[in-house]
Amino acid sequence: MDKSALLQHAVHASYFVAAVLFILGIKRMSSPVTARSGIQWAGVGMVVATIATFFHGSILNHPGVVTNVVLMVLAIGISTLFAWVSGKKVAMTDMPQMVALYNGMGGGSAAAIGASALIGAATAPEHHALGTTQIALAVIGALIGSISFTGSLIAFAKLQGWMDKTFRFGGQQVVNGLFFLSALGLGAALLFQLDTTIVVAFFAVSLLFGVLMTLPIGGADMPVVISLYNAFTGLAVAFEGYVQGNVALIIAGTVVGAAGTLLTRLMAKAMNRSISNVLFSNFGSGGGGSSEIAGSQKPIEAADAASLLYMAEKVIIVPGYGMAVAQAQHKIWELSQQLIKRDKEVKFAIHPVAGRMPGHMNVLLAEAGVPYDLIADMDDINPEFATCDVAIVIGANDVVNPVARTDKSSPIYGMPILDVINARQVIVIKRGKGAGFAGIENALFYADNCRMLYADGQEAANRLIAELKGIDSAGGH
Amino acid sequence: MISGEIALYLFMLAAFTGHEIISRVPVILHTPLMSGSNFVHGIVLVGAMIALGEATTVTQQVIGFIGVFLGAGNAVGGYVVTERMLEMFKSSKKEGAK
Repeated sequence: MDKSALLQHAVHASYFVAAVLFILGIKRMSSPVTARSGIQWAGVGMVVATIATFFHGSILNHPGVVTNVVLMVLAIGISTLFAWVSGKKVAMTDMPQMVALYNGMGGGSAAAIGASALIGAATAPEHHALGTTQIALAVIGALIGSISFTGSLIAFAKLQGWMDKTFRFGGQQVVNGLFFLSALGLGAALLFQLDTTIVVAFFAVSLLFGVLMTLPIGGADMPVVISLYNAFTGLAVAFEGYVQGNVALIIAGTVVGAAGTLLTRLMAKAMNRSISNVLFSNFGSGGGGSSEIAGSQKPIEAADAASLLYMAEKVIIVPGYGMAVAQAQHKIWELSQQLIKRDKEVKFAIHPVAGRMPGHMNVLLAEAGVPYDLIADMDDINPEFATCDVAIVIGANDVVNPVARTDKSSPIYGMPILDVINARQVIVIKRGKGAGFAGIENALFYADNCRMLYADGQEAANRLIAELKGIDSAGGH
Repeated sequence: MISGEIALYLFMLAAFTGHEIISRVPVILHTPLMSGSNFVHGIVLVGAMIALGEATTVTQQVIGFIGVFLGAGNAVGGYVVTERMLEMFKSSKKEGAK
């Protein structure tokens, strides 16, 4: 065997090693104990595959190897710098949109591979001939990748607050449907005639469709959408991998596509929505107003709230995304420590979709230093509300709204909730009287055992800590 | 080149693998796992590098450059963000064990 053939075997062997490391890495990431090493294993696989690619025959034996490799190094260099700095700097609360951004980039990259293959076959068939199956998969991969690319960018812009939450017009679904059908039509046309104009038109329509498809989806549904686009990118990568005959892309892409689809379904289930519901229904705008709730919201002062806490034996804290936005998680943990010091039992109850993605709230609490064992999942904690003296709801709204259990006409009916209302006393820390993400009045706030502490999350926690200390020094001696 | 038939088997086996390895994941790991799988499809970088390496026209070079740029962002950003998330899990784990 000559030297260059040996080198190519080594390159392909490195792809095999990368594929194995990716699968083992994801496997390890699915358990909290091994999660951290999982990403490192996958990282090693990525580095090995990337370095090996510089020695790939298609690159090395190309007449324009120098220019192309220079361009490659330049692109990787600039992009790495951008991604490294932005990834390191971003606050934990903004993590979901960064995942969306990087995911969109992957989708765009897959679409670019498809574009390059199709345009190559159209303009220089003597160098870049493609079989029918290859064209078909290049087209499908490019379509999915393009949707993931522009769709994720819209998701990023929405979560980043650069764009209105929703954008709707009459007949939107018909227009979107037409765009999708034209993308499919143009893609199908490429099977019969590989023409540069059609390729360009196909990409223009596909990219635009990704934008149109994502615009009407509200912020509350973004996690499901990001997860779905993550699966999309995986599939796009797998299809373009087939076009290039690259096993690493096929395996890694398909694994992510399948895992991502499952994750998306789990997330949608946790929000009691189906994926098609998320994509094609206008949440909160149908339904016509929810039923009026009798009674009033009863305010409470920090001093009174503190004495309730002082007397309590068991306190459950229910954090929501509002707490993270107010950056109050550190203060809330400080408050919890004050309570624990006074021999209270303190637990954190986490709704599956608290935060912007399932598990996001756990990440945020972990960042504030809250130990693992104080954090409980919804199913474990729900029976405990009945035995709890005070439940503190901070920055959570829809996930504690009892109408999800009682009011069949409510848009959130059937969504699993935390049974905060069963607690002896509920204190809701909230900035004002507004409704939640879903725009629905919260029956909990009007309940007899509920008091509203109107304040910013950090400020409320500060005042409660101060009042608790005040009670100590007044009555403790 | 991979024959269509073998590719079909590859797709099938890889899809089952993806489904199996995450079918029993606790909710707390959904976000890191989504981020981690986001990193894994950053392997698209390798494909984009080959697309750029095979480019014969300026158009293909431009498309390839964009592809490599986007792919590298996916891989690097995905890694950094996932690593940061999981780092916190480690420290909270330790405290929980105390």
